[in-house]
Amino acid sequence: MDLLGLANYAVFMAILIGIYALLALGLNIQWGFTGLFNAGIAGFFAVGAYTSAILTSLPASGRLGGYELPLLLGWAASMVAAAAIAWPIGKICLRFRSDYLAIATIGIAEIIRLVIRTEGWLTGGVRGVTGIPRPFGELDYMPSQIAYLAIVATLVLVAYLLVERQVKAPWGRMMRAIRDNELAAAAMGKQVEARRLQAFVFGSALMGLAGALFVHFNRSVTPEAIDPMIATFLIWIMLILGGSGNNRGAILGAAVIWIIWSVSELLTDRLPTEIAVQAKYARVFIIGLTLQLVLRFRPEGILPERQPGSPPHR
Amino acid sequence: MSFLEFLNFHLVPGVVLGSIYAVGAIGITLVFGILRFAHFAHGDMATLGAFVALALVTAGLTPWAALPIAMAAVAVVAIVVDKLFYDYLKARPKIMTVMASLGVALMLRAVVQVVFGVDPRTYATGIVRPDEYFGILLRDRELYTLAAVVLLVVGLSLFLRHSRWGKAMRAMSDNPDLARLSGVDNRKVTMLTWAIVGALCAASGFMLGINNELHSMMGWQVLLPMFAAAILGGVGRVEGAVLGGLIVGIAEEMSIFILPAQYKAATAFVLLLLILLVRPRGLLNGKVL
Repeated sequence: MDLLGLANYAVFMAILIGIYALLALGLNIQWGFTGLFNAGIAGFFAVGAYTSAILTSLPASGRLGGYELPLLLGWAASMVAAAAIAWPIGKICLRFRSDYLAIATIGIAEIIRLVIRTEGWLTGGVRGVTGIPRPFGELDYMPSQIAYLAIVATLVLVAYLLVERQVKAPWGRMMRAIRDNELAAAAMGKQVEARRLQAFVFGSALMGLAGALFVHFNRSVTPEAIDPMIATFLIWIMLILGGSGNNRGAILGAAVIWIIWSVSELLTDRLPTEIAVQAKYARVFIIGLTLQLVLRFRPEGILPERQPGSPPHR
Repeated sequence: MSFLEFLNFHLVPGVVLGSIYAVGAIGITLVFGILRFAHFAHGDMATLGAFVALALVTAGLTPWAALPIAMAAVAVVAIVVDKLFYDYLKARPKIMTVMASLGVALMLRAVVQVVFGVDPRTYATGIVRPDEYFGILLRDRELYTLAAVVLLVVGLSLFLRHSRWGKAMRAMSDNPDLARLSGVDNRKVTMLTWAIVGALCAASGFMLGINNELHSMMGWQVLLPMFAAAILGGVGRVEGAVLGGLIVGIAEEMSIFILPAQYKAATAFVLLLLILLVRPRGLLNGKVL
């Protein structure tokens, strides 16, 4: 691979890392600060992806869409749609321990997948949605990639700053209080269920936005583009390894895990075909094992959560 | 549609499917009730059991002779998984164990995919014609499945009700601290629970496989109906899990009257949300965690 190819690959990777970083930030709001177990990340991602795709894509026969709405509207709608799915689920399940939310989110992700596959009039079925515009897509390949990277990086930065601000504010203190001792927080008059619902809905909206960025990057989306289990699980590992409860940790984890995951894919693709399929599943085994090892030996992650007021380095 | 048609094409398949769900849901309800967490590797443990039985069948055993061996094998796997991946998380919030179990689910599935591949398999080839019993059409394998489920459920209920260890399990489910104070060894009860849960997993996976086909995602796909069944019946209640399993199974088969067939899998989810909304303790008054 020559230098230009390498640079291309690096930009490509950076864009995807940015998208995963948004997902990890969304999960950090839910899990890191509030202790909510969302096992259906891929579902919220897919809702965001398809919402923006349908609203902004070129017209096509046989499915809804082709409204060619402005991109920003599509992105906002993707956040609203993901939040709108999260709200009723959270409303029903957040009264109980997080196990119930986990079960329900697995279910909703599965149903979203069914809807995407079945309702061809809405989502194009297995053919998916194509003709999705890309900002600065009319430029040459490299400038266009770099422009997209700039957009993604800006959005990650904005999301990071907003979440950081929110976490340092009294709201963040309240959320941690609810996470760490629900009864005490309730006794102090905090509305536990309502606050949890807020966190769940905000986090899901961020996941929806990541979905929208993903489809505008690829210019198309098919049901196969989103593998529910792997996508969800990768993001969990990113957050846990990076450091749940620490936004910088979430972004770092996204970078580390995505690089390892893609490089291992490059390696296994070079294997002879007889073992390449098995190597593909062996990689899945290894990410499962990685989670166990992190949980066991470094549960606080690379960058542990910092309590405001305590010195940054211990 | 005549009554018999309704019976043969909807009710009987629903009961067969429901009794398989029941076996899985009993395992889930035991873990949920005694060890107090949602065990997400349950479905994939069932897949593993089904494929262990397949390996034995390929080696020359008949399917139903392979079942007990597969149950014993997965019981051992379940104990080992607990020792390696769940046990050390005991003192941390239970939700960490839930996460670890999601990782185990992925690992178990990957093992099946590496060893057995991803193509659908069956225990026996060829079409089996159903026999007629007073107008009801039943295949041998369906009859054996129902008999095996009844045997497992009755055996387990007797064990839990009358044996020393069964009582210890129920005590730990009711109140672990009180149980420990009364001399119940929580460690041994945990091990015993995993042995039973592993065996039940293997049984449910095997029965899914023999009534349909085996593939590496089969267990993950039945995880949601099994959880719905366990919660519907009431967490910690074995009879509840059986009742819930039957309701979910029958409801799935009936769902085609009101939903397009592709959304059969959504039935369990709807039931789950409904019961959480209306009566989170479940039909038979289980626990709410």
